[in-house]
Amino acid sequence: MAKRTIVEAINLALQQEMANDPSVLLLGEDIGTDGGVFRVTQGLIEQFGEKRVVDTPLSESAIVGLAIGLAVYGLKPIAEIQFEGFSFAAFEQLSCHASRIRTRTRGRYRCPLVVRIPYGGGIRAPEHHSDSNEAHFVHIPGLRVVVPSTPYEAKGLLVSAIRDPDPVIFMEPKRIYRALREEVPDEEYAIPLDRARIVTEGSDVTLIAWGAMLHVTLQAAKSMADKGISAEVIDIRTLSPLDHDSLIESVKKTKRAVVVHEAPRTCGLGAEIVARINEMALVYLEAPVERVTGFDTIMPLPKLEKLYLPDVGRVVHAIDRVMHF
Amino acid sequence: MPRKTIKDFNVEWLQVLDEHGVCDEKLRPPLSDAQIHSLYEWMILARVFDEKAYKLQREGRLGTYASILGQEAAQIASALALEPSDWMFPSFREPGASIVRGLPLKMILQYWSGDERGSIIPQEQNDFPISIPVATQIPIGAGVAWGAKYKGDNIAVLVYLGDGATSKGDFHEGLNAAGVLSLPVVFFCQNNHWAISVPRHRQTAAETLAQKAIAYGFPGIQVDGNDVFAVYSATDQALKRARAGQGPTFIEAVTYRIGDHTTADDASRYRSAEEVAEWKNKDPIDRLIKYMATKKLWDEAYGQKVAAQARERVETAVTEQENTPPADVRDIFLHTFQELPAELASQMEAFLSEIGQRDGNGAGNG
Repeated sequence: MAKRTIVEAINLALQQEMANDPSVLLLGEDIGTDGGVFRVTQGLIEQFGEKRVVDTPLSESAIVGLAIGLAVYGLKPIAEIQFEGFSFAAFEQLSCHASRIRTRTRGRYRCPLVVRIPYGGGIRAPEHHSDSNEAHFVHIPGLRVVVPSTPYEAKGLLVSAIRDPDPVIFMEPKRIYRALREEVPDEEYAIPLDRARIVTEGSDVTLIAWGAMLHVTLQAAKSMADKGISAEVIDIRTLSPLDHDSLIESVKKTKRAVVVHEAPRTCGLGAEIVARINEMALVYLEAPVERVTGFDTIMPLPKLEKLYLPDVGRVVHAIDRVMHF
Repeated sequence: MPRKTIKDFNVEWLQVLDEHGVCDEKLRPPLSDAQIHSLYEWMILARVFDEKAYKLQREGRLGTYASILGQEAAQIASALALEPSDWMFPSFREPGASIVRGLPLKMILQYWSGDERGSIIPQEQNDFPISIPVATQIPIGAGVAWGAKYKGDNIAVLVYLGDGATSKGDFHEGLNAAGVLSLPVVFFCQNNHWAISVPRHRQTAAETLAQKAIAYGFPGIQVDGNDVFAVYSATDQALKRARAGQGPTFIEAVTYRIGDHTTADDASRYRSAEEVAEWKNKDPIDRLIKYMATKKLWDEAYGQKVAAQARERVETAVTEQENTPPADVRDIFLHTFQELPAELASQMEAFLSEIGQRDGNGAGNG
C-alpha cells in the first residue's frame, strides 16, 4: 500500500471514479494542462482527454451554473473553485439553484454535483486565499458539506461525495494538502457521509474538530495525555447534515467538551455544536463547552495569520479551563 | 504602424409582419395555414390566461403574478420553434412559452398560488422550472446544453431572459462560457423595455442588446418581438444552428410589457400612458388578425370560437387548481435531500407532534 498525501489521495479518487463512470467530468480553472494550481487534477487530462477535464473561463458563477445544468441533465460534474475566497461569486448558483432544485420540483430534478474548494489558512497565501467559510455553506439547506482531515479520509469521502445523489461541497484543508502522508489503498473504498469519526477514544473531555484543526487538536490531546487527561477526539468530517448523535454520546461520557475551528467565532459551526450539546446533554456537563476559534475579524495576511489560527497552546488552555471549572 | 480597422460589425433587424398586418412574404417562414392558426390560438389562450390570472390575484385568489400582456408573440412563436426533445429555461415571465411546451395551466396557477407542486414539470417535458433570481437560469441552461453535447444528444436549449438580465454577471458568465464551449443553446431576450421601473436605456449604454453577442463570438440578431413570423423565423434558424453543432445564438426580441411588472407593481408611477398607448397600437395579436383576415384565415366567428375555447380551458384550470387538496406538511422536509437526514427527521417529527397537539391533527396540512 502506498503512502499518499491528501492531494494524491484526491487525485486517485477522481481518477478511479472517472474510470468507473463515464458520466463523471471535471470543470474548473487551470485544472487541465496545468493540473490545477495545487496539482490535484494532475495527469487527468492526459488520461481522460479534454472532453472530461475541462478548463473553463475564469468564471466561478458559470462554473457552478454549468455544473448544475450538467447534473440536471444526468451527468456527474465535479467543479473546482480555485480558492474559497472566490466561492462567493458562485454563491447565488449554489443557494438559489443547486441546493433547492430537488425541493422546489419535489424530486422531479436532482443535482448530484460536487464542488471542490481548497480552504483555510496557514500556507502564507495572499488575501482572499486563507478563509474558513464552511459555515456559509452549512447554512444553506440542501447542501452537504464535507471536510476530510487525512489522505485516507479524503479519498473515501470524495468517492462517496461523487456518488451522492445530492450536491456536495467538498472543502479541502489546503494547509495539510501535503503536510502528512499515510497509507491510502489503491483499491476502491468509500467512507459513508453524514457520520462523524472518533479518532482517539478518551474519558475526560471530548474535543471536536475538522480539517486542518483536527491535527492541532490531536497534538493538544497528546500533550494533555502527558498530564494524565484522557481526551476523546472527534472528527466531524460531514459538517452538514451534522452527526450530533456521535457527539452527544461522547459528551455524555466525558461530561466536558471543546470545539476547535479556524473560522470566525460568531455563528461558526462551533456555535451550532455547543447549542446541540446544551439541548441534548446539558445535565451531563461539568463545565460550559469551550470554543477555540478564529476571531470575528478579517483573516489577517500571512505575517499575522499564525496568531489568528488556533494553535496547540490555545486548545490546551481551553481544555485546562473545562477541566478546572 | 498604421492605425486601422481590424474588425467591423453590424447588427441585423428582422421584421416580417408590421403593425398594420402587412407581411413581407419573401421573409415569411414557411408555415402552413394550420400552423398559423395554431400560433393565433396559443396567443389567445396565453392572453385569456393572463387576464384571468391578473383578476384572480385582484380577488385574493392568487399570489403575486407577472403578466405577459403584449409579449405573446415573442413567447408563443419562439416556443413553437422548439422540438419536444429540446429543453426550455423560463425566467419568471414565460407562461406563454410554458403552455406551448405542455405545462398544464393548472400548474402555472398552482405555482403562483404558492404551491411547489406547480414546479413538478411533467416527465415528458424537458423544461426547467421558473427562475426568479434574474439571469441565474442562463449558466444552467448552458450547462444542460453542454450535457447534451457531452452525451451526443442532438437537441438544443432555449433560455429566456429579459432586458434587465443583460446587466447581470450571470448573463456575461453564461454567454461567455457558451461561446467558448460552443454549446447548442439559444438565448432569447425579451426586451420589454422595463425592468420594474428602470427603462432599457438605464440597463446599458449599448444601442442594442443584440450586439452584446458580438463580444461573445456568436451571432446576435434583433427582431420585432411583436411579430410572430420574425420571432419564429429567427428562433427556428438559431435552434437549427445549435442542433447542427454551430454553437449559440442571441436573439433580442423587441417587445413591450403592457402590464405592470407584477401584480404588486404600479407602472403609472414611472411611465407615461402615451408610451403604453403607442405600444398597444403595435399589439402582436391585432396585427396577426389583420394578416390572417386578408388570407381568409380569420373571421369574427372563428375569433369568437377560439376565445370561447380559451376561456373554457382557463376556467377549467382555475377550478382544478382551486380544488386541489393542500400539500402534506411533510413536503417541507422530505425533498431537501434524497434521504431525510436524522437531524431533519427529528425536526419534522417534533414539528408534526407540535401541530398535532395544537390542531389535534398530527398528519396536518398546509
